[in-house]
Amino acid sequence: MRIAVVMKLVPDVVEELVLSEDGKRLERGDIALKANEFDEQALEQALLLKESSGAELTVIAAETGDVDEMLYTALAKGADRALKLVGDGLQDGIWNAQYAGILVDVIADVGADAVLTGVQANDDLDGQLATWLAAGLGWSFATVVSGVEAAGESLIAKKEFAGGLTANLRLPLPAVLGIQASPEPPRYAPISRVRQIMKTQSLEEREVTAPAGSITVLSLRPPEKTGGAEMIEGDVQAKAARIAEVLAQQGI
Amino acid sequence: MEEKAKAVELPSVTIDGVTLPAQWNRMFEPRVINQYDISVLEETTAIPGAESLGYCYQCGKCTGVCPIDTVGDYSPRKIFRRTQIGIPLIDSPDLWLCTTCRNCLRVCPKEVNMIDIMPAVREQAVLEGKAPQELLTAFENTARYGNPLGEAPRKRADWTKSAGVEVRIMSQLKAPVDVLWFVECYPSYHPRGKDASVALARILDKLGIDFGILGVEEKCAGDSQRMAGERGLFEMLAEQNISTLSKYEFETLMVTDPHAYNAFLHEYPKLGGSYKTVHYTQLLAPLIDQMGLSQEVPARVTFHDPCYLGRHNGEYEAPRRLLEAIPGIDLVEMGRCKERSYCCGGGGGGMWLDSFTRDHTSARLSEMRVREAIEYGAEILAVACPYEVSRFEDAVKSTGNAGRLKVMDISELLALSMGLIPMEALA
Amino acid sequence: MKKVLAFIDVVDGQPGEIGYELLDFARQAAPEAELVAVGAGPQAALEGLAGADRALWTVADGYRPDLVGEVLTAAIVAEQPDLVLVGSTAVGMDAGTYAAAKSGYASIAYVRSLEPLDGSLAAQSVILGGKMVARVAVPDRTVLQVLAGAGSAERGRVPGRPAQVGTLAEPAAKASFEGFGRPEAQDVDITRHDVLVSVGRGIGDASNIELAEELAEALGGVVSSSRPVVDAGWLPKARQVGKSGNKVKPKVYLALGISGAPEHLEGMRDAACIIAVNTDPAAPIFEVAHYGVVDDVLDFIPALTESLRVRQG
Repeated sequence: MRIAVVMKLVPDVVEELVLSEDGKRLERGDIALKANEFDEQALEQALLLKESSGAELTVIAAETGDVDEMLYTALAKGADRALKLVGDGLQDGIWNAQYAGILVDVIADVGADAVLTGVQANDDLDGQLATWLAAGLGWSFATVVSGVEAAGESLIAKKEFAGGLTANLRLPLPAVLGIQASPEPPRYAPISRVRQIMKTQSLEEREVTAPAGSITVLSLRPPEKTGGAEMIEGDVQAKAARIAEVLAQQGI
Repeated sequence: MEEKAKAVELPSVTIDGVTLPAQWNRMFEPRVINQYDISVLEETTAIPGAESLGYCYQCGKCTGVCPIDTVGDYSPRKIFRRTQIGIPLIDSPDLWLCTTCRNCLRVCPKEVNMIDIMPAVREQAVLEGKAPQELLTAFENTARYGNPLGEAPRKRADWTKSAGVEVRIMSQLKAPVDVLWFVECYPSYHPRGKDASVALARILDKLGIDFGILGVEEKCAGDSQRMAGERGLFEMLAEQNISTLSKYEFETLMVTDPHAYNAFLHEYPKLGGSYKTVHYTQLLAPLIDQMGLSQEVPARVTFHDPCYLGRHNGEYEAPRRLLEAIPGIDLVEMGRCKERSYCCGGGGGGMWLDSFTRDHTSARLSEMRVREAIEYGAEILAVACPYEVSRFEDAVKSTGNAGRLKVMDISELLALSMGLIPMEALA
Repeated sequence: MKKVLAFIDVVDGQPGEIGYELLDFARQAAPEAELVAVGAGPQAALEGLAGADRALWTVADGYRPDLVGEVLTAAIVAEQPDLVLVGSTAVGMDAGTYAAAKSGYASIAYVRSLEPLDGSLAAQSVILGGKMVARVAVPDRTVLQVLAGAGSAERGRVPGRPAQVGTLAEPAAKASFEGFGRPEAQDVDITRHDVLVSVGRGIGDASNIELAEELAEALGGVVSSSRPVVDAGWLPKARQVGKSGNKVKPKVYLALGISGAPEHLEGMRDAACIIAVNTDPAAPIFEVAHYGVVDDVLDFIPALTESLRVRQG
């Protein structure tokens, strides 16, 4: 089996989110980017599949920021190849529909018969990558997957629903999976190993052209600020009654 | 299994006129008792840095001084013994309990050096994916954000906003300073660490010291990550800090954190970064006369020697001189003090292994220490390491001593006496 | 706006709440439009969908991701609606974007509300971990993934079946369904609950945990805790919230006697509604909480439990 893990950089919400002057997007030069945490889950799931079934694993990321460290880290964790997609306009960030448009050809060339990526990302305003990709490739798919096993020409995926209910699905290859969680937490890549990989291995590059995006953001702004807790005053009964009311408003 | 030793006895012997019948003159032939498979020990001592584990001759001196032994079944002697009989240290919880406090090395006649052994074997464990998850989270945070708390790098100097005095950032100052203050992570981000930073900033300002900080350019010094087995991460941080420091001119590098002190004294020079480094207590102690310590701080105070200031680097006097200079303070020493000091449990990665440690010990070291301070009648436990305030304050609460013992950094006590922070801070 | 499709989640034969919410959401946003419910599941799942003008239904059992995706695609192709609504759920994630891509519709996710915009609509989407709200122009022919709670299930659920139910032939699916897995009865997984009653050191003693249990029961939630409570052995490790415990994101998080150490905040600050109770008015927990009460939790918890019982009759 050949697995492609598609990763992307997302704004790190631990850091300050700086808006552009027109207030329609984040100022990409002034924010911190990090690997989408669900993509890290997808990578871990792929590494587990590689270890159990001997798959070849290629990690792919579009250069929508500095992706080198993310890709080298994936190599240090055990990926076989790392492919960086470069091209004009990527640095400003791309929507998932555009990313999927780019990836359809790339994945065909890589020869992957399974694509794993994160179930979602904090910035996928135009829908999730896994399903954009499944539709584009015409492959079988599942999202919100929390466990994958290889079974001959298929993958057995565990899909999660609310309340702990799961479905076991047999997906014939080729297949696209949106990974919610790997059975094991993403492994740690010791920095010394990452630094070693940076010296001894290199990233493959491929020039790509992004198709046009299909959504228009009118404005981006923080949600109405609550400004710390609303303090409830009164005697203990009065305070309890008010909190009970708050809970009722929350639909509890 | 070895055969049982063969008994040697005579029907009767007379020695010095005393007759000993068979059961009283019985002796045993020597029996080989050391035919273990010692391959596990050999594998461990083959790790560069861990060689001295093999020197142990089981005298047990370390057991008597090991703080972890007071809360668990643990000591360097036991680690050797377990490894000798085939329990790999790399897979044992023992590997993560050592706080690298250095008390064992102080007494070891064979110089079995846990300060080298632990990081060496841990590094191997980290490479093999065997380290506890909570520790790895701290590593990841440090790699990504430059601090183990996972706080935003851009907020590293936010504490200065509440300092009330000017704290200059080197990148904006564009001029040499006498003292470059390496603030470190907990003093930059932890609420109680920030209190101590504010106090220290006010003291420096009052003394008219020409100082600056690195602000957002500063990264964790990385010493505890090194001791916890992430040498690569340490080297990355050190390279970044050395490169940042090389941009600025300063006479003295002052650190708040004894762990950073240790790194700058012994590890950074190996990577090309040599600085005249002092702990803040060392910078302030010679300036006592100029400090204007006028306000009384009427309290019985005891001092906990930080392992990395005291035992590791031999500084016991500067903190004490400062405390003794504060009017009103009645300084009492705990039984375990100075080179025999106990440990707060935060060193060597212990700071990021709280849950793991809890699962393998009967109490936190910080709890033991707080109880000791209270036994000595202390009302204030004075500290000089940023790991300690949060650990001891936590322990004061968890041992049910809230209200009985206050934990304060020496800089806070000095600032109190100098009238730079309100006396209510004592309440 | 002439026609709106609402996709009804059906899992294990049961329609999810989100379907009713979407019907209400559609009625609020486009009262004049024809509202068509679409879904795949047993006929019985059509009960309660009478709020829709019509339904297009595929009778199917089990669950297959590409089946729901193809059902919605077929419905869109057949109906050519102006707007399509799916839930931000495990089912909606399979159906929504896939159908949009297949049918050439635009796709907008994480929508919490719609507002008029020059004769058309704009969607408000919550992104970036809740730290930003994006206003996005909604072009004609768009699939919206709508967040839970954006509509009212109570209003959307209308007894009976839609007046007209059309049948969509079951499309071919590549995936095959091999059965559902049910959660095992074990100690609770606090990351999966909507209501957490979280206790800290302020609870005082192991025996007081019971008070929190009673409150949790009244709220339909479970008890979680900060580290010291687990350290003290008063609750199992699985209940711990924070740096060295679980990261949780419930609808409601009650922080009772928790001061709010950074290590704790790391694990719960993303909760939708945080209610904090602490004796210390300066406790940092109040900085992240939405509602705060300064009081002894041992007095407050029984009072709140009592209040809730009164409300629930």
